[in-house]
Amino acid sequence: MTQATEVLFPSSVDEAVAQFGDGAGITVVAGGTIVVPEITYGRLTPSRALMLGGAGLDSIDDDGNTVTVGAGVPVSRLTELADAVPALAQCALNVADIEIRGQATVGGNLCAGHGPDAPRGDLQGAFLALGATARSAGAGGERSEPLEEFLDARDGRLLLDVRFAKPAASAFASLDYPHTHEYTVLAVTGVRTQDGAVRLAATGLADHGRRLPSAEAVAADPEAAGAAALDDVALGDDALASAWYRSRALPVLVRRVLSQLEESS
Amino acid sequence: MNLTVNGVAHEVASAPLTTLLHVLREELAITSPKAGCEQGGCGSCTVLVDGEPRRSCLTAVGAIAGAEVTTVEGLGAPEALAPVQQAFTHHYAAQCGFCTSGMMVAAEAYVRGGGTDDPEAIQEALAGHVCRCTGYVKIVDAVAALARGDEFDLTVTAASAGMTNLGGAT
Repeated sequence: MTQATEVLFPSSVDEAVAQFGDGAGITVVAGGTIVVPEITYGRLTPSRALMLGGAGLDSIDDDGNTVTVGAGVPVSRLTELADAVPALAQCALNVADIEIRGQATVGGNLCAGHGPDAPRGDLQGAFLALGATARSAGAGGERSEPLEEFLDARDGRLLLDVRFAKPAASAFASLDYPHTHEYTVLAVTGVRTQDGAVRLAATGLADHGRRLPSAEAVAADPEAAGAAALDDVALGDDALASAWYRSRALPVLVRRVLSQLEESS
Repeated sequence: MNLTVNGVAHEVASAPLTTLLHVLREELAITSPKAGCEQGGCGSCTVLVDGEPRRSCLTAVGAIAGAEVTTVEGLGAPEALAPVQQAFTHHYAAQCGFCTSGMMVAAEAYVRGGGTDDPEAIQEALAGHVCRCTGYVKIVDAVAALARGDEFDLTVTAASAGMTNLGGAT
């Protein structure tokens, strides 16, 4: 029963980190778009809920070279980065609808595991392609690590922010989805770094988003890169698409992204 | 905690993880926000929170302490319909009415935010709202008219539809 839940309202990052502790028994409520229906439908009965809205994790800082996005920033605010990272803004606008984007947070989206019917974490691919570093708190204190490592070991961690170096160019390509409330069926983000390297990542996979290192290694040859991307991912059958369909679409999206990157250079 | 709904301050007694939707409907008896899917997928519970359209079913009330909430009841009254309500009435943009509250609130936010009568932009603004009567064309027409600032003579609307009790319609 929600009445028995202890609800915590940290008013600073330090307070949030202290109250989160090692995360044991804590349900984090940021935007609430995933967690609140779980509570409403009785699938989740939190004993302690940590309400992050007032914790001060909702700023976007841009020092000219590096952008730091707080975990509590609403997905909709990523469009503020449209000039610096067009792909990130496109990826954000591909998430659900206006109301959800205004409420759902970057941290919640990045931390969302695979849902019951479909992959979630629409933004994971974009931030992976940007080579983002995740800063989190939890047992053993604060740590910063590449986002891919964080995604593999995020249990018991409270994501604080993600930061990345501004790329020279970025591109995003996605399959259309049947309804605005579906999660991303399959999407690829590509980035050209300031020193000319190409990074690729995909969302809509069997678990969370993944970098595409085999495709990156042959990025100069889009056909080969598209085929190689299939070696980097596990594709699932779910309510949105079959693994078979995704395996046909992934090479196409990789080629589209590489061609967009080529045009923007 | 305190919540201001349609200009009236309330002391809310519900637990902090109760949805804003349940607080509005069950504690405050404000029933224009509809409990459709209750998981963010249908749009019928949409209200304005500090002027921004939000799914009240996804909003833990504890997360918005002190906020200003606006529902359709706060936009206009039966005897003095707000422009968005006039537009929906004039364009027959409501059929069963279940999605209408959410649609009108979203339309209000869209127009307040400078939205134009471009149909594609309107569709994007209303993308999170499902109308099971599939009345979308008239809804988009109504929002376009609202965005243009059209004026509506609802006595003509009512007469042409053979309606005699427009003011009492809910």
